[in-house]
Amino acid sequence: MFTERMYQHNLMRFLLLFSRQGKLRLQKWFTPLTDREKKKVIRDVMALVLARPPRSCNFLHWRDIKVVYKRYASLYFCTGLEDQDNELLTLEVLHRYVELLDKYFGNVCELDIIFNFEKAYYILDEFLMGGEVLETSKVAVSVSMENADTLQETMEEYMNRPAF
Amino acid sequence: MPAPIRLRELIRTIRTARTQAEEREMIQKECAAIRSSFREEDNTYRCRNVAKLLYMHMLGYPAHFGQLECLKLIASQKFTDKRIGYLGAMLLLDERQDVHLLMTNCIKNDLNHSTQYVQGLALCTLGCMGSSEMCRDLAGEVEKLLKTSNSYLRKKAALCAVHVIRKVPELMEMFLPATKNLLSEKNHGVLHTSVVLLTEMCERSPDMLAHFRKLVPQLVRILKNLIMSGYSPEHDVSGISDPFLQVRILRLLRILGKSDDDSSEAMNDILAQVATNTETSKNVGNAILYETVLTIMDIKSESGLRVLAINILGRFLLNNDKNIRYVALTSLLKTVQTDHNAVQRHRSTIVDCLKDLDVSIKRRAMELSFALVNGNNIRGMMKELLYFLDSCDPEFKADCASGVFLAAEKYAPSKRWHIDTIMRVLTTAGSYVRDDSVPNLIQLITNSVEMHAYTVQRLYKALLDDISQQPLVQVASWCIGEYGDLLVSGQCEEEEPIQVTEDEVLDVLEGLLVSNLSAAVTRGYSLTAIMKLSTRFSGVNRIKKVVSIYGSSIDVELQQRAVEYNALFKKYDHMRPALLERMPIMEKSASNGPTEIVQTNGETEPSVVDSKHPPPVSQPANQANDLLDLLGGNDVVPVIQTTVPTKPASAGGELLDLLGDLSLSGVPTPAPSVATSQPSFLLDGLSSQPLFNDIAAAAIPPMTAYNKNGLKIDFTFERANPNPNVAVITIHASNSTEADMTDFVFQAAVPKTFQLQLLSPSSNVVPALNQGTVTQVIRVLNPQKQQLRMRIKLTYTLKGSPVQDLAEVNNFPPQSWQ
Repeated sequence: MFTERMYQHNLMRFLLLFSRQGKLRLQKWFTPLTDREKKKVIRDVMALVLARPPRSCNFLHWRDIKVVYKRYASLYFCTGLEDQDNELLTLEVLHRYVELLDKYFGNVCELDIIFNFEKAYYILDEFLMGGEVLETSKVAVSVSMENADTLQETMEEYMNRPAF
Repeated sequence: MPAPIRLRELIRTIRTARTQAEEREMIQKECAAIRSSFREEDNTYRCRNVAKLLYMHMLGYPAHFGQLECLKLIASQKFTDKRIGYLGAMLLLDERQDVHLLMTNCIKNDLNHSTQYVQGLALCTLGCMGSSEMCRDLAGEVEKLLKTSNSYLRKKAALCAVHVIRKVPELMEMFLPATKNLLSEKNHGVLHTSVVLLTEMCERSPDMLAHFRKLVPQLVRILKNLIMSGYSPEHDVSGISDPFLQVRILRLLRILGKSDDDSSEAMNDILAQVATNTETSKNVGNAILYETVLTIMDIKSESGLRVLAINILGRFLLNNDKNIRYVALTSLLKTVQTDHNAVQRHRSTIVDCLKDLDVSIKRRAMELSFALVNGNNIRGMMKELLYFLDSCDPEFKADCASGVFLAAEKYAPSKRWHIDTIMRVLTTAGSYVRDDSVPNLIQLITNSVEMHAYTVQRLYKALLDDISQQPLVQVASWCIGEYGDLLVSGQCEEEEPIQVTEDEVLDVLEGLLVSNLSAAVTRGYSLTAIMKLSTRFSGVNRIKKVVSIYGSSIDVELQQRAVEYNALFKKYDHMRPALLERMPIMEKSASNGPTEIVQTNGETEPSVVDSKHPPPVSQPANQANDLLDLLGGNDVVPVIQTTVPTKPASAGGELLDLLGDLSLSGVPTPAPSVATSQPSFLLDGLSSQPLFNDIAAAAIPPMTAYNKNGLKIDFTFERANPNPNVAVITIHASNSTEADMTDFVFQAAVPKTFQLQLLSPSSNVVPALNQGTVTQVIRVLNPQKQQLRMRIKLTYTLKGSPVQDLAEVNNFPPQSWQ
C-alpha cells in the first residue's frame, strides 16, 4: 500500500498577514516547524514580497514553495503552496478570507486585525483547516462566528461560572 | 492585587512606544506581571493574560511560559477560556514538545462535548497540529464524528480525518466505511471536505483509487448541477456557483481518470462543457478553466479535447492579467513534451512573453522557449533568445547561456553559425557562463576544422575589445595557442583576414598574464598558449623569456608550468614539437545529459595529453589490435573504454581535462559516475521525455548475444533521447556455473562507420548459479543506419583459471539499427 503521496496538491503550508513595514499581523502554520524555522520563513518571504514592484504577477518562487500573495490596502495576505497547481484558486481563497473579515468587522482595516487578532484567527479557523478550505459558504462562516461569539460569557457570567 | 490590564489596553499602550527599546521595556514589565499572575493560579484572569501573551508572541517575544496555562484554559468549562486556550495551543505548542500530549485527554473530552462549537474547537486543533500519537489515540473519535448528521461537525471531522491520514497513513482504512454516503450530502461544506478526503485517500493508495472510481458518475452529476443550477447567493462568486467545490471535483476527477479509459470517457462531456461555458472575464472563471485544462491534459482525453485545452492556454497567454499569462506558461511547459506540435502553434506569443516586464513571466517564457526550439525554428528562435540574453537581468543570464549552448549544439544549421552563436554568448554574457562551458566549447572548436582560422580571428578581435570576461578569455587563449599560426598567416576564408604580427599576439597573451582582471585559471591558459606558440611562431626567444620569468611566480600553478616548460626548452627540446603539436579531433558522444563522456578516435596518434605524464598507450593498442586482426584489417575501429570522467571544470585548463579521465589501461573500473553540473531546469524538461520514445524502444526485442560455457550475455535495447541515431544497449551477463566468474571484463568493437562507447559495468563479478547479473551500457552511434555488427571479447577468471573468448554478434534485431 502506498503511503507516500503520489501527487502533492495545493497543500498550503502557511498563511501570513503583514504590513508594508514588515510587521506581522497573523501567522498560521499548516506544517510543523520549529520557532527558528518559522522566523526564517517569515523573514525571507516578507522580504521577497515587499520587494516586488507594484504591477507584478502575484506569484513567486521561494525554495520549493510557490508563494501567492495579494495586497489589500496596507496588508499583504501571503500563502505558501506546495509547488503544484492552481495558484488562481488560491487568490480566490485569499479574497474570500478578506471578504469574511470584512463582513465580520464591517469595512475591515488593518487596525481591526491588530486589536482583534484573536477574532481574525477564529474566523480563519471556520474557513480553513489544515490548509484546506473547510466551508465554501460565506453565510455559514458568519453564522458560526455569531453563534460562537454568543457562547462567550459576559464578564458577569464569566465571574459566576466555576472554572472546573 | 489590581486586575491585570485588558488586552486591547495593552495593545494600545505598546503601540505608543516610539523605539524598539521602549517597546521591549513595556513588554518585559507586562510579562513579569503575567508571570506572577500565573504563579498565583488565578482562574479569573488567566484567559486575559494568555491573550496578551499571544499578542506579544506575535510581536516576536518569547512566550513559552504560557504553554501550560493554555492547557489549563482548554480544560476549563468556560467557552471563552477554551477558545483562547486552543488558539494558544495552536500558536505556542507543537508536536515536538512532549507537553502537547497533555492536551490529548482534553481534546478527547471536548470531542464528545454537548456544544458543537466546543467539539469544533477540538476538531480544529487536532486537525491543525495533532501529532501522530494524538492522531492514533483520537482517530476513533474523529471517525465517529464523520458519521454524524450534524453538517457543522461532519465537515470538520472530514478535514480532521485528512490530517490524521497524513500523519498516520496506516489509519486510512478505518475511515473507509464512513465515506460511503459522503457525496450524497447537500451541504457544500461537507461536500467540499468530503471531496478533499476522498482525494487524499486516492492519492495515497492505488487500492482506494480503484475502489473510488465508481464515484465518477456521481461526481460528474454534482459538477453538472453546480454549473447548470441557477444563482445561489450563498455560494456565488462573480456569477459562478461554488468555484472551490468545482475545482476540487475537477481535481478528483483528474486523479480518477488518469490511466483509466472508462473513467476518462465518462468525464469527457462535462469537461468539454466546463471548458466552453465558463465565464472568463474574472479570475475565478479562469481558475476553473485552468483546473479543467490540467485535468484534460492528465487523463486519457480524446484529441479534440486536448486541442481545446491547449487553445485555452493559448488564449490565456494573450490575457491582460499577468497571473493568467504566468499560469499559462507554466502549464504549457508541462505539456510541451507530450503535445509538442500543439504548443508550437503558440510559439510567437510565447516568444513575445520574453519581453514581458514581469520577472516570473520572463523566466517561464525562457524555459518554454528553449523547450520549443527545434531544427526548423532554430535560426529565428536563437535570434530572439540572444536578444533576450543581451537585455535580461543577471539572474537569468547563466541559465539562458547554458540553454543557448545546448540548443545550438543540438540544432546548429552550420558550423559557422554555431561558432558565431557561441561568440555572441561569450561576448555578451561571458561572465555568466558556467565553468563547464569552456571545455565543451574548446572541444567544439577543435572539431570544426575548417573554421579554425575564422574562430581564432574572431576570438582574437574579441580579446582586443575586452579581457574581463573569463570564460571568453580562456577559450580565446586556448585557441590562439592552438591556431596562432593561422592567425598570423592571414588565412581566413570566412571573413576579411586581419593583419597581425607574432609580437602583437604575444603582447595580448602576455597582457592577460599580468592583468588584474585575469583569474588564476585564465593565467594558466595564457601561459600554456604562449608555450604552444613556440612551435608555431618563428621567434622563440621572447617566449623563452616569458616562460623563464614565470618560473619564479608566486602562483604555484604558474610556477610549476613555467618550470616544466623551461625544462622543455632545455633538456627536452627534441620532444617539444611532438608535445605541442595540434590537438586531434575529439569525438564526443551524443550528449544529452549528465554523463558527457569523451573518447578519442583510435585512428589518430594519441598525442601527449599531459605535459607532465606521457600516458601509457601501449597496452590497449595491443588489445585493440587483436580485435582488428580477427576482423580482417581496417574496417574495425578499436574502442578504448573510458571510465566516466570527473567534472572537467577543474582549474588550470589542463589538456588532460579536455579528454576526460581516460583509463588507458583498458580495464574499466566500476566507479560511480560523477555528474557534471547542468542547468537543471532544461534537463528536467529533457529527461521527462514523452512516452513515445520509450514505446518505440519497447518495440525492440531483446536478444541473446553470447551463450557458452555457462556465461550468457543478453542485450536489451532502447533509443537514446533525443538522438535517434544512438542505440543504447544494456548487456546483462549471467553465470550458470557453480562458481563465480571474477575479473569479468566485457569489450566490444564495431565497424568503422559506427562509434561505440562503453560505460562502466555494474561490477566485475558475475555471481554463480544465476544469482545476479552484471550490467553494462553500450551506446552505439550509427548515423549511416548501417546494419549493426559487433565483435565482443570476454575475459574472466573461473575457479582460478583465466578464460578468454571472442565472438561475433550478428543477430541484432533490425529495429535496433534502422
